[in-house]
Amino acid sequence: MALPDIRQRSGYLFLVVAVGHIILISTQVNSRSGVPLLQAFVFGVFAEVQRGTAGVVGGVRGAWDGYVGLRNVHADNVALKQRVRDLEVKLQRERALAGESENLRRLLDLRDRSRMPTRAAEIIGTSPTADFRTVTIDRGTSDGVRADMAVISASGAVGRVVTPSRHAAKVQLLVDRNAAVAVMVGAARVQGIAMGNGENVLRLEYVSSSAVIAKGDTVVTSGIDGIYPQGFVVGRIEEIERAGGTFRAIRVRPAVDFTALEQVLVVLAPPTFVGPESPAAPAAGPGPAGPERRE
Amino acid sequence: MNVVRMLAFVAVALVLQTTLARFLVRGSIGVDLVLVAVVYLSLRAGPTVGIVSGSVAGLAQDALTTGIVGIGGLGKTIVGYLAGVVGSAFIVAQPLPRFLVFFAGTIIEMTVITGLHAVLDAGLPVVPVGAIVAQAFGNSLVGLVVFQLADGLPRAAERWRARR
Repeated sequence: MALPDIRQRSGYLFLVVAVGHIILISTQVNSRSGVPLLQAFVFGVFAEVQRGTAGVVGGVRGAWDGYVGLRNVHADNVALKQRVRDLEVKLQRERALAGESENLRRLLDLRDRSRMPTRAAEIIGTSPTADFRTVTIDRGTSDGVRADMAVISASGAVGRVVTPSRHAAKVQLLVDRNAAVAVMVGAARVQGIAMGNGENVLRLEYVSSSAVIAKGDTVVTSGIDGIYPQGFVVGRIEEIERAGGTFRAIRVRPAVDFTALEQVLVVLAPPTFVGPESPAAPAAGPGPAGPERRE
Repeated sequence: MNVVRMLAFVAVALVLQTTLARFLVRGSIGVDLVLVAVVYLSLRAGPTVGIVSGSVAGLAQDALTTGIVGIGGLGKTIVGYLAGVVGSAFIVAQPLPRFLVFFAGTIIEMTVITGLHAVLDAGLPVVPVGAIVAQAFGNSLVGLVVFQLADGLPRAAERWRARR
């Protein structure tokens, strides 16, 4: 029986036999951790193989997730953006409803407190030009709305009805350049006329040079103009310029934010002027104050 | 070389080693007849025979001890392979080269075995260098005797037959 041809490749045979002996030895020897050396060696080798494989798989997976898998992300992104927009719109709608509810609640409260015949109205339009500050309400003559009726809000006096139609009416805001309202200022109830100038500020005219007024004083309607009920807040004195013994300019910041008006009340009954000597005190709050308010 | 003859040669060496060990070993100084047989076969038949004979002989020798099976096998495989390569690449027909091959083979095997035990922390007692060298001398001398016997016996037999 002759040895096979493997003798021609004794180097390979040597390697195989040597490795076989090493494996045989390893099966009998424990490593320092108590694990059989062969097991530790095989595990170590396979652990490295597994680590490398896991690295490759992780890389492939990362590449897939980072690039190939992003094919549908664009569509998802578009859909999500659309959903965000829808939700933002919905949120704004909810906020608007909440704000509207709050405004209505305040308006209802004002209506209850004022004890005047009023008609709630909603702003449905604004002036087409910036020079003339008017708004359109959804109440007209069919609702009892007439010209020169006062329009108020929870924050204070808004303006007056100038052009009523059957189902709508144009309201001139206090800040309109042609608007004017008789007012009283401060605890001394100094009389004057607040006039609009087309901007979000009022000029206070015809105030006596001896009047004791100060910056921050509350300006309320006096009622002597026959339009606005007495005691509604018009605004606060923002700036006073004196020249010698006379007033050069008194600026009043309106209490109503005319840019955010949504609901208002139209005072259906004409006001009754009580007079500055009336015991009623000017309102400190936005709505009518004092017992002199008339129904 | 015939595999059966090779295995028989190794088996004889192993039997002699196990039966005559008490006479061949003095303290730590001894003669490894199995290694001598492996080197002899490798020089005669080449590295492949050296590998196979070394592996078989070493494993058998290990199996008869309480040590780790495979260490002696690996050591004798290495020695058999190297001796076979030397025997194939060079003319090793004189006593001195044969002596050197046996000597180097013993040193290599002892180094491999000692190194493996040290690496594996197997608790092999440290063998003094002098004992290793003495064993190498003993193995080399026994190897030369084996070669002389192997070379001389056939001629003596022929002469004996011619006289008759």
